[in-house]
Amino acid sequence: MNKVLMQGNKIIGEAAIRAGCRFYAGYPITPQNEIPEYMSERLRQEEGGVFIQSESEVAAIHMVIGASAAGARAMTSSSSPGISLKQEGISSMAACELPAVIINMMRGGPGLGNISAAQGDYFQATKGGGHGDYRIIVLGPDSAQELADLTMEAFDLADRYRTPVMILADGMMGQMMEPVIFKTPKPRDYPESFIMKGAGAGKSKIIRGLILDPLDMEEHNWTLDRKYQVIAQNETRHELYKADDAELILVAYGTGARIAKGAIKRLRDLGLRAGLFRPITLWPFPTNELRDLAKKIENFLVFEMSTGKMVEDVRLAIQGRARIGFHGRPGGVVPTPVELANVVMRKYDRKEGIIDHY
Amino acid sequence: MMKKVFGRPRSMKKNIFHYCAGCGHSIAHRLIAEVIDELDIRGITIGIPPAGCAVLAYNYFDVDMIEAQHGRGPATATGIKRVLPDRIVFSYQGDGDLAAIGIAESFHAANRGENITVVFINNAVYGMTGGQMAPTSMLGQKTTTSPVGRDIVLDGYPIQVSEIFSLLPGTAYIERCTVNSPASILKTRKAIRKAFQYQIDGLGFSLVEILSPCPTNWKMTPIESCRWIDEVMSKSFPLGVLKDLPAAEQKQKRGEQTP
Repeated sequence: MNKVLMQGNKIIGEAAIRAGCRFYAGYPITPQNEIPEYMSERLRQEEGGVFIQSESEVAAIHMVIGASAAGARAMTSSSSPGISLKQEGISSMAACELPAVIINMMRGGPGLGNISAAQGDYFQATKGGGHGDYRIIVLGPDSAQELADLTMEAFDLADRYRTPVMILADGMMGQMMEPVIFKTPKPRDYPESFIMKGAGAGKSKIIRGLILDPLDMEEHNWTLDRKYQVIAQNETRHELYKADDAELILVAYGTGARIAKGAIKRLRDLGLRAGLFRPITLWPFPTNELRDLAKKIENFLVFEMSTGKMVEDVRLAIQGRARIGFHGRPGGVVPTPVELANVVMRKYDRKEGIIDHY
Repeated sequence: MMKKVFGRPRSMKKNIFHYCAGCGHSIAHRLIAEVIDELDIRGITIGIPPAGCAVLAYNYFDVDMIEAQHGRGPATATGIKRVLPDRIVFSYQGDGDLAAIGIAESFHAANRGENITVVFINNAVYGMTGGQMAPTSMLGQKTTTSPVGRDIVLDGYPIQVSEIFSLLPGTAYIERCTVNSPASILKTRKAIRKAFQYQIDGLGFSLVEILSPCPTNWKMTPIESCRWIDEVMSKSFPLGVLKDLPAAEQKQKRGEQTP
């Protein structure tokens, strides 16, 4: 496979097409407009490809529901405010166990916020942004290569567990250009019996999330929950970077992790043995892996482009076994690795450990 | 030998309707099922029930059905139809579903000329939630949220969905009917048949609006309800064909004037 130089948003589009995505509906919003633009061009060239510029984010996700039920690999994309609008449909897909891929190229918020890269949607993405008792798989890529790999994999995970899967990246990941190699996608393995295409001569099918009897609804909730536990067991992913000899571990994801890697190089030049723990699946969160790390490392510093969201999952994982500090830059501010390195030097003392312990 | 003259349509399940006495939903359901049988499309039809009294329509229709969130039926129908263009896709929507919370999805599906059929039940009230004001409630109509009657200043006007949608070039067929008498029921059946036939022929968006009695929330007897449709409701919502694009085109070809 050839290495190509591409913009992040277009990489997502190309990876989706290669993974067999044949349906896209979306509504323009910065900073992810290159995704619908790319999909409109590419889906035109694919047999059976459907691109719809919908009247709203709400309509887009419900078009995706229809396409998914009808058996297509389907995707929608947006940025923070638009993802808020899609939550109704995401909850519905979780209830009805329909697969789809949802891209969130996060921007500054709350409200209209701005169009710069941010990580403030972590709770919405990982704690169930819509109503009701459900989870979705959330993947946090940190490079062009991962945008491609995880987008492809998102379709497989969505099918395997019949669930919406979200790619949680940000405006910076979408806009930057990096070399990428598109891997060969796996062939689709999705049973015909799940697809709604008319009853033929047989029994008619119902896809629904309305279950009026509380006992039946409870059973459905537990069935979904058992599925989520299987996902947590099988699909949790993280990356360790220079962690083997580390005295201090930075915890960051996505663009934040890229900045952290730069900071770690600088810190090591200054003689501080820093490493990185990077969750790749934000839900399921790599809780056990982080807890194991806290058995031998005493100091952690969480960095997010937000006022502190993932840090709560880090605290839940570590359960007071280590000292945890936090540095956040919300609002669309993207700090440099130098800034983060300086923050670490300020907040960490060899004898005391992390000074402003959370 | 006895000849069977009346039976349950093949496209209906053997379930007893949960609808109130005198409600129009059960009649509309049956007409759709009869048309599906008649056109022999049961095996390729996919239906979408609304949120509202007809939310459980899949308990009655023996065709594939997928629920939609409130008002989103036409968006979900769009997704299905675009992926499976040779299937027959219909959404069944009430006045709150179509004309309030889902007006954007319905309007834009119509404007895109999606080749789907919408059966629109207009009973001028929110039925399932207990009789609140609908976007199609009559001026002066008392509901649980317009206790002194619908007021133009506070609540605006009843929305004439069929008239508005017929202005959209993407729509092929729009007719407003009712189900308050044997004759009107037969007329509605014809309209539903035409709407589905146009979809089969790939002509674009078709919509059948049905003025439908809701005795429970109108606080009337079923007979009074049927009369109210004639005497009040159909004055705001005149019955008839609002759009028949193929027929109009035929006429134009023959050099006749369209009214």
